Amino acid sequence: MLCAICAILLCDLYSKDGRRLTYILSQVALVGTLFFTWGVTPDGSATAFGGSFVMDTMSSVLKSWILIVSIGVLLYSRDYVLEREITTGEYYTLALSGVLGMMIMVSSSTMLTLYLGLELLSLSLYAMAALNRKDVRCAEAAMKYFVLGALASGLLLYGISMIYGATGSLVFSEIAAAMAADSSSSAAVFGLAFVVAGIAFKFGAAPFHMWVPDVYDGAPTSVTLYISAAPKMAAFALAIRFLVDGLGTAHDSWQGMLVILALLSIVLGNLIAIAQVSIKRMLAYSTISHVGFILLGVLSGQAEGYSASMFYAITYALTSMAAFGVILVMDRNGVDIHLLTDLRGLFRRNPVYAFVMLIVMVSMAGVPPTVGFYAKFVVLDAVVSVGLIWLAVVAVVFSVVGAFYYLRVIKYMFFDDPIEAQPVLAPIDVSAGLAVNGAALLMLGLFPGWIMAACIAAFS
Amino acid sequence: MIPLSHYLTLGAVLFGLSVAGIFLNRKNIIIILMSIELMLLAVNMNFVAFSYFTGDTAGQVFVFFILTVAAAEAAIGLAILVVLFRNRGTINVSDLDDLKG
Repeated sequence: MLCAICAILLCDLYSKDGRRLTYILSQVALVGTLFFTWGVTPDGSATAFGGSFVMDTMSSVLKSWILIVSIGVLLYSRDYVLEREITTGEYYTLALSGVLGMMIMVSSSTMLTLYLGLELLSLSLYAMAALNRKDVRCAEAAMKYFVLGALASGLLLYGISMIYGATGSLVFSEIAAAMAADSSSSAAVFGLAFVVAGIAFKFGAAPFHMWVPDVYDGAPTSVTLYISAAPKMAAFALAIRFLVDGLGTAHDSWQGMLVILALLSIVLGNLIAIAQVSIKRMLAYSTISHVGFILLGVLSGQAEGYSASMFYAITYALTSMAAFGVILVMDRNGVDIHLLTDLRGLFRRNPVYAFVMLIVMVSMAGVPPTVGFYAKFVVLDAVVSVGLIWLAVVAVVFSVVGAFYYLRVIKYMFFDDPIEAQPVLAPIDVSAGLAVNGAALLMLGLFPGWIMAACIAAFS
Repeated sequence: MIPLSHYLTLGAVLFGLSVAGIFLNRKNIIIILMSIELMLLAVNMNFVAFSYFTGDTAGQVFVFFILTVAAAEAAIGLAILVVLFRNRGTINVSDLDDLKG
């Protein structure tokens, strides 16, 4: 694992010459790390760096998916960054250091490593959001992202310092032991509130979602693709490490906070998304509602809920990757597509992409047999099993509301006439990637067993 | 001997000031960046105080890491600020209103 991280860093250093070469080296680094992660997976769990770095089933499953998703993200965004003359070397370097940050996050077993991984990811994302230097909106999005992200880090750190003061340790297992001995410590609960707010900011859950639409809209689409996919899994790991590994005994205290966050996210995300005319903003609000679903599983406080959330996070990353992948393909020819109506008649311009987008939209709406249905089903099942039936009902009602704007996209693609007739073309590897991605969403919906088994194994 | 609670109060006051600085300020982005730094320093104050009173050095190690990260964060923040100023010719917070909805 350590070697793999070093390998990524070395590749970063030496891959700054030549745009094509950078891309290939980055992909090689990701694939290499993926095999390395599979190769060194121990039975049970192992620690390194004096117990600050842990390798367990959850971390290896999440790492594998983070790497797979990142490979896809780099594949889809290759031509976009080349065409826009965004400084390519920096794009890949920052993307890889973001991946490294996520991998540190999912394998951290102390608050210090978790914080460092989180910052490595966040700092890379701030810089990536500002990559298109000539674009005014891009700089504004980056600034908003930076200020709110730094505020979130500050809140999280303040919470960490309070928990450290209350329990006298930075290691999650020792914190859990101290909390089990004295779970009513007011300093710890006070710190917990700050930690939950920080996590919600990083997740983009309402009411801490202000940055999400602006960043999705303003940042270059390739960066939006990156932000929307893998970091969701890392944020899930952040929540699990803190709330379950560290503060699992304070479940009663954080469950209430997460109920509010999840409820607001699902309601606000779905309602505001209906009013959007920009496709990236619509997907941003839809992300907020999906984050609400991920939190639903976490708040159930049971192993089934955690594995359901993990499944949701993984499959959502795949879905979102396909959605932005199609938008990226349509962005070619120099102009970004911006409005929902720009998707009109995609079916006549390229049926393959139209079908991929169809599967994505149906999956996000949660219609069987796509994977989105199964993911929503297991999460809601976990929520119902802890007796929060009203919450499940609200979630279902609002995902039906959400189906409206997903179906509107499908209508635009299949039943409206295209504004411009020229077909949408992409290199063969990008098309193949998108087709596989779309097919995967369908296949995982029919046969969710193997990922689900891995997710259940992570929490048993 | 100054008791722990005094340090914690100071930390909380600094933290509150910095949050207020971020939200109330409508003029200058540089002030926001300064508030962010102040926030991290307030956290450092907490860590050092806790670390001293519990006799555990891990908190002080954490402070060093926070200082390092804060430096990196300030660098990126100022870099974004420069990009913003080049594009717009202003760093007024209330002018940042292109993205809405």
